Amino acid sequence: MTEKIQLPPARYEYGGDEFVFVELDQAMSLEANFAGMAVTNALREEAIDGIVDICPSNASYMVQVDPDRLDPRELVERLRRLETTVGALPDDYVLKTRVVDVPILFNDPWTHETLMRFRDRHQDPDATDLEYAARINGFDSVQGVVDAMTEAPWIVTMLGFVPGLPFCYQLVPRERQIQVPKYVRPRTDTPERTFGFGGAFAVVYPVRGAGGYQMFGMAPAPVFDLSQSLPDFADDICFPRANDVLRYRAIDMAEFEATRAEVEAGTFRYRIREVEFEPAALLADPDAVNRELLEVLYR
Amino acid sequence: MSQLRVRAGGLYTTVQDSGRFGYYHMGMPPSGAMDAYSAIAANLLVGNPDGAGVLEGTYVGPTLEFTDERVVAVTGADVPVTVNDEPVEPWTAVRVRAGDVLGFAMIRAGCRVYVAVSGGIDVPVYLGSRSTYTLTGIGGHHGRKLADDETLPLGSAASAVRQGAAVPQDLRPELDGAAELRTVVGLCSYRLTEDALASFLGTDWKVTKDADRVGYRLRGGTLDFTEREQPFGAGSDPANVVDLGYPVGSIQVPGGDEPIVLLNDAVTGGGYATIGTVISVDRDRIAQTKTGDVVRFNSVDLDTALAARTDRRERIERIRRAIAG
Repeated sequence: MTEKIQLPPARYEYGGDEFVFVELDQAMSLEANFAGMAVTNALREEAIDGIVDICPSNASYMVQVDPDRLDPRELVERLRRLETTVGALPDDYVLKTRVVDVPILFNDPWTHETLMRFRDRHQDPDATDLEYAARINGFDSVQGVVDAMTEAPWIVTMLGFVPGLPFCYQLVPRERQIQVPKYVRPRTDTPERTFGFGGAFAVVYPVRGAGGYQMFGMAPAPVFDLSQSLPDFADDICFPRANDVLRYRAIDMAEFEATRAEVEAGTFRYRIREVEFEPAALLADPDAVNRELLEVLYR
Repeated sequence: MSQLRVRAGGLYTTVQDSGRFGYYHMGMPPSGAMDAYSAIAANLLVGNPDGAGVLEGTYVGPTLEFTDERVVAVTGADVPVTVNDEPVEPWTAVRVRAGDVLGFAMIRAGCRVYVAVSGGIDVPVYLGSRSTYTLTGIGGHHGRKLADDETLPLGSAASAVRQGAAVPQDLRPELDGAAELRTVVGLCSYRLTEDALASFLGTDWKVTKDADRVGYRLRGGTLDFTEREQPFGAGSDPANVVDLGYPVGSIQVPGGDEPIVLLNDAVTGGGYATIGTVISVDRDRIAQTKTGDVVRFNSVDLDTALAARTDRRERIERIRRAIAG
């Protein structure tokens, strides 16, 4: 990217006796996320007894440990060694992942109804969440901010909050990132499949529930399917995986309804293509790599 | 197949075991018995493996009718227990026959009762566990709390257990007084001022009514964050950080005035600064606090947390020996 971001030394913290939390940077960047990807991939390959789970996050990661089998202090020593040997991703590292088309109906009636009920918890009660986001990010219109969110794809940098919720960071330089605050006070309600935005992250809410992210639209297709009736969920109740590249594509009500009908009929499948790309190349020339990713997706 | 009749579900009764592990990375918390020690003790009393399915009742326990001969044990909160309206001892193996009805009066201290039945509550195993996670409706009995007038499957009862076997008095948890929660301070505690951190540790916090299996919200003081220019991607509130993973037991302070301790059904991550983690052993203790109870956080190091684990394991082994004796 325009200016290479140097990460500070990682910070190791014990989350009680069962978790080790490692902060790679306090700020979000693709560099921090890729560094986390490098170390958590290496750790997974070591298959150390006593590691219960490895949870990559946006600019940090967390390891759940069974302290009866693995002393958390020993784990931290191993993680420090990995930090020096693996460090950042090597320049020739090739990420094998999926690129997925994720349709979104912006300005949909359902999130609009919900956001109107919670205006008292919002920074700008007289505007919609999308109008507010457009204004504070310097766009003349809602269409401008929607275009910016849908032109370049996103990478899943963390799963969590609730099962299957993908935190997505756009594959563009920092100066082109869209940022919005979370609600002043969290809502008690968010419709299922809401396309939300908080900080520099876009999400799709897997289930209905509380939430603090701005609400911009709705996905017709689920990211979480407990019944596993859709083919894309045959192996897993959650669709998104860490490192997936998602392209959010604006659709109209007609396509939304058609896709909903496919979901209801159990025939819906995401458009998915296997891809490989070099994170280093992406950092150097994001627009070129993004063009290739989208070319593969819609070929 | 043998069944357990649920005459009344109680206020919030779920099937739980030792938890569901390996899915935190996709946002699924472990669930499992909130007071793990009491659940294990109940299973030991009836001759079940430590991780067998038990019932976890909250405030108001369920009313259960047996359809065959079983051994039942009730542990956890301090609550009068009856079989056919006659008092029976808690923390003790009690033999019951077809038609017998187990009931509870009002809780005197604590919050959660555990009911183990020989053979275990044999609901289907989902992703390696029988624990209920109600947010997405998985595990346990149809992914939800028990309702009135329904039945639960029971496993086949194991070998003979000693009727009247009991957990010795000194191995039952102390539930009176303020809950002292040993806490490893850290994670993003740098976000608090020194005074705020001291105040966090020195305050008597009261459990609010927002206290459930996801987490406990507390009230009692206000904590200040250090001033800073917010890092990129974090959001503008001083309590915000770039969204990160939340350990089970971790404490966050959205808004600075209402600490939340995340528990077994935790949200697994989010954008609020975490300032420390209650050690795993003391999650048993906070699980036995209810609205209005007082909790305090005591700063400990990792050695103390690990020693507490060893100590709990030894206590469980002493129960095992006492029951076998």
